[in-house]
Amino acid sequence: MSTDVSIRNSVPRRPTSKAGPALQHGKVRFVVAFLALPVGLYALFVLSPYVQAIYISMTDWTGLTGDQTFLGLDNYVRLAGDGQFLIALRNNGILLVVVPALTVLLGLFFASMLNVGRRGRSGIEGVRGSKVYRVVYFFPMVLSVSIVGVLFKYVFAPTEAGGVFNGILRGIGLESLTAPWLGDPAFAFWIVVLVMVWSFVGFYVVLFSAAMQSIPKEIYEAALLDGATRFHTFRHVTMPLVWDTVQVGWVYMAIQAMDAFALVHIMLGIGGGPSRDGDVLGLALYRSAFNDYRFGYASAIGVVLLLLTLVVSAVFLRAARRERVELS
Amino acid sequence: MTVVSSPPQAPAAPPPRRRTPGVGFGEGAVNLLNGAFLLLWALITTLPLVWAIISSFKTNREFLADPFGLPAAARFDNFARAWTAANIGQYFVNSVLVVVISVPLTMLLGAMAAYVLARYEFRGNRLVYYGFVGGMIFPVFLALVPLFFVVRNLGFIPGIGPLLGLNSYLSLALVYTAFSLPFTVFFLTAFFRTQPTSIAEAAIVDGCSHFGLFFRVMLPMAKPGLISIGLFNVLGHWNQYVLPVVLMNDPERKVLAQGLAALAISQGYRGDWTALFAGLVIALLPVLIVYVLFQRQVQAGLTAGVLK
Repeated sequence: MSTDVSIRNSVPRRPTSKAGPALQHGKVRFVVAFLALPVGLYALFVLSPYVQAIYISMTDWTGLTGDQTFLGLDNYVRLAGDGQFLIALRNNGILLVVVPALTVLLGLFFASMLNVGRRGRSGIEGVRGSKVYRVVYFFPMVLSVSIVGVLFKYVFAPTEAGGVFNGILRGIGLESLTAPWLGDPAFAFWIVVLVMVWSFVGFYVVLFSAAMQSIPKEIYEAALLDGATRFHTFRHVTMPLVWDTVQVGWVYMAIQAMDAFALVHIMLGIGGGPSRDGDVLGLALYRSAFNDYRFGYASAIGVVLLLLTLVVSAVFLRAARRERVELS
Repeated sequence: MTVVSSPPQAPAAPPPRRRTPGVGFGEGAVNLLNGAFLLLWALITTLPLVWAIISSFKTNREFLADPFGLPAAARFDNFARAWTAANIGQYFVNSVLVVVISVPLTMLLGAMAAYVLARYEFRGNRLVYYGFVGGMIFPVFLALVPLFFVVRNLGFIPGIGPLLGLNSYLSLALVYTAFSLPFTVFFLTAFFRTQPTSIAEAAIVDGCSHFGLFFRVMLPMAKPGLISIGLFNVLGHWNQYVLPVVLMNDPERKVLAQGLAALAISQGYRGDWTALFAGLVIALLPVLIVYVLFQRQVQAGLTAGVLK
């Protein structure tokens, strides 16, 4: 951001325009040559599908024939009465709120410990080995969701299939708590939520660490000398100064969490788990389209997903604009 | 440390350590507790992976009998079974083929677009820029249905059709490239903006063409940015799941992420858990190696999207 501004400021110093006269020669041909391929590819595979999807969502297209009847908003009306869609919508709502909330909380907690958590004799400092922790915590973020899904499908498998979580419970004498976790509608979806948090926390630890390291140490020392407790320091020093990052991180997380398709598909199956109770919008869309060939209906689910994403981004970015603390 | 903090003091019962406000006995306990939490999360992060790696060396009987124990002997035949019988080898090769095409293409096209958008003024510049950047917010799912048909129909084009269409490595790579352009262009535009105009003008005055300027001056100067975003794309393309699930339905053409998941889902494979874990470890290794070698750049690349 700051670099952006400084460049803009330096531009007016040039007499003519951004690019000097020497750069004007043969410019148009060059610009067209360089943009043609990227824009073409992008229009073909990204823009045109998005535009088509919005139209298809208003038809009854089955994909098998060319015929399609224009239905207007009928698909959307039908969605409102579709119990399975509403379950998926509810679950996406849970993902939108619970996953970012848990992840951001844990991320802030661990990041503040790693960076300013230790009150030693030389003042406030990070915990020993904080570099190693950051490397370890971040690792799940680079793993493919498919690896994460397969891994936890077996961690939470029934005992007779070698499920290690039940094994641990038995090992510490809590045999009565063992359960077929992913086969039980009461737990299945929540385990997916936890797995998602597991894979995302490290990313936020690294993100918030970067923000915290830009806070001058003197502020913490002043707080320490004034006898502020850890909680007070966190609440009144750390939080306000990383708030911006937290908010942007929250939006990013909410958008990422919407796409629970891979985890649910792998851990709970194409139907969305026991009693289909762990369904999410991405999976419902995939089933309608590629199992039932109801392409119009599937696209309508996609449009709902888009609206949800836009609303979330707008709400959070609006909130983010409220108050900013400037470090001078 | 102790030497510094305990200067020679009067012998009359000095406090064992100099007390600064807020640093006392209680603080030591809290420090310890903090350390315990950090260690706990490190274990929660690593143990499932360690368990999978150990399991991949066991026999199926050992795996069921004692989920925590070490194997009596390292069973490398699990890996052989995963690689051939479970087709993980084929999936691995497929993934490599796709990524080898898609990442260089993404970098080249992304850098070209970003460079022009960052450094040349022309009508529609902002429109194209926001057209790209807007793509970051749209959910891939909305595009899935039409995308499937766009790719399928490409297969019917006479001449080049057989190269494209569904189940084609090239098609999948082109789709990956198209979907990676928004973030790549966004990131690299910011990067190219920071490069000094004077160098560009000097090069042009020296008789460099616009093309030469880009390939011989600007691109090499953007190397740090290209490495970050390149790693980001390598990981993103290697790990992609939903696009291949829709576009690659031929069992021979599955990519690794998709093939591994299909293996875990398919009932037919039940019973050979250790080969499944071996497959998982095979899928894990390249990512682990890239991460260990480039962990600083990877972290920078992945978090940059949020920070900018």
